[in-house]
Amino acid sequence: MDFTPFILSFKLAALTSLILCFISLPLAWYLSQTQSKVKPFIEALSALPIVLPPSVLGFYILFALSYNSPIGAFFEDTFDVKLVFSFTGLVIASCFYSLPFMLQPLQNGFESLNKNMLEASYIAGKSTFQTIFQVALPNMKPALLTAIIVTFAHTVGEFGVVLMVGGSIPGETKVASVAIYEMVEIMDYKAAHIYSAMMIFISFSVLLSVYIFNAKHNKRFGL
Amino acid sequence: MIEIQIKKRLHGSSGEMQLDVDLKIQEQSFVALSGKSGSGKTTLLRILAGLEEAEAKIIVSNATWQDKNTNLAVQKRDIGFVFQDYALFENMTVEQNLLFVTQDKALATKLLKMTELYELKDRYPNSLSGGQKQRVSICRAFMKKPKLLLLDEPLSALDTAMRHKLQEEILLLHKEFQTTTIMVSHDPSEIYKLASRVVVLEEGSIKEDGKPKEVLLQTQGSQKFSFSGELLEIKKVDVIYVAVVAIAQQIVEIVVSHQEMQSLEVGDKVILSTKAFTPSINPA
Repeated sequence: MDFTPFILSFKLAALTSLILCFISLPLAWYLSQTQSKVKPFIEALSALPIVLPPSVLGFYILFALSYNSPIGAFFEDTFDVKLVFSFTGLVIASCFYSLPFMLQPLQNGFESLNKNMLEASYIAGKSTFQTIFQVALPNMKPALLTAIIVTFAHTVGEFGVVLMVGGSIPGETKVASVAIYEMVEIMDYKAAHIYSAMMIFISFSVLLSVYIFNAKHNKRFGL
Repeated sequence: MIEIQIKKRLHGSSGEMQLDVDLKIQEQSFVALSGKSGSGKTTLLRILAGLEEAEAKIIVSNATWQDKNTNLAVQKRDIGFVFQDYALFENMTVEQNLLFVTQDKALATKLLKMTELYELKDRYPNSLSGGQKQRVSICRAFMKKPKLLLLDEPLSALDTAMRHKLQEEILLLHKEFQTTTIMVSHDPSEIYKLASRVVVLEEGSIKEDGKPKEVLLQTQGSQKFSFSGELLEIKKVDVIYVAVVAIAQQIVEIVVSHQEMQSLEVGDKVILSTKAFTPSINPA
């Protein structure tokens, strides 16, 4: 049994979650605190991946990353990095695709915090940075955990965008979901069963642990 | 001396209004800020703290916090602030809540001992009662040794007994630290007990300003006794009418004439007064 596709899926999911965490934290904080008129535009734009067919998203990302576009050409000429049909390209595509799954729980978490508590931190002389890391995030652990886990799980489960942007290069872009698709195509049902059962088992365990943690956390804080 | 001049347009519940306040406050004094809800009291405190923008001139003992050219960030202002809903850091213990402000363990211990909270120092806020939470919040506000302490209806969510206890503690802390304090309050007995001056806001401007005794005593002319209350019911009993009035936590019955009855309506705010007898006072 070849587990490379699984390892690739988890590597992709871990990297995507990490990168999105850095991007989404400041953005979610901004959206939770601002009363600017651009807020709904950013919210709508960042939620697009939820409603768009993966093929649409995949098509545009493929287009933007290919050598025919300035972005793709720049990366290939300057860094000698090919963005399509490569692992790097997959990470970039996944970041777009999974952005709302990281951003929205974080924004909801920030918005659910007691505004006075954040102000009390400013009054105590703490900067926004200190307030986010010492007061805001520790008081919204369930939201933080939900954001990371759901992003991770969603990236593991992604199929359409990956197939369009990455293709199916073994060890490079052939992730678990694509591998299962190919097994079914060549009628290797036994392998497809094993892979699919593993996907279900892993996903269920991850989600179960999130719900158990959140229930315990809410009980401790009397919510 | 603390000088405050504030102008700001507010969109209150009763439409647009102009907050326009000009105050000079003696250092180390205790000022109560009173007035109906929506009169701009909380906004005034928030502007002083730098939490809300306004056209303002704020000078606190020769340091300019805000004027045309300066506008200190909330972090740079020497204030302590106590919110009505405590606003404690839920992820920290009682002691950590205090030490988060400044790492002054001696001061934290002193404050916690003064307010009988020392035994609870390792507890988390969610395991405390409302009164205990508010005491932690008050202690936290003193950790910075602020020049100006702002209390936004700190006791209004607590029951009467707890209120009395906290009033004593606020008084104790004020005597100890001599911090200039502005407290929003609706409770006349609280204002009388704590404040040396009371400022009443109405529709964003100062309506009354003076000693609590002068402002709060509502008797006019030769009346000796006067209470304000709410008319709950008018009953006809034989040939007379009896009005039931709620005054603070008490319900009283008063005989009213037919003539008086016609000018009254259930739900009215009424003033009860008498001048005809000498009241007696006895321990309850």
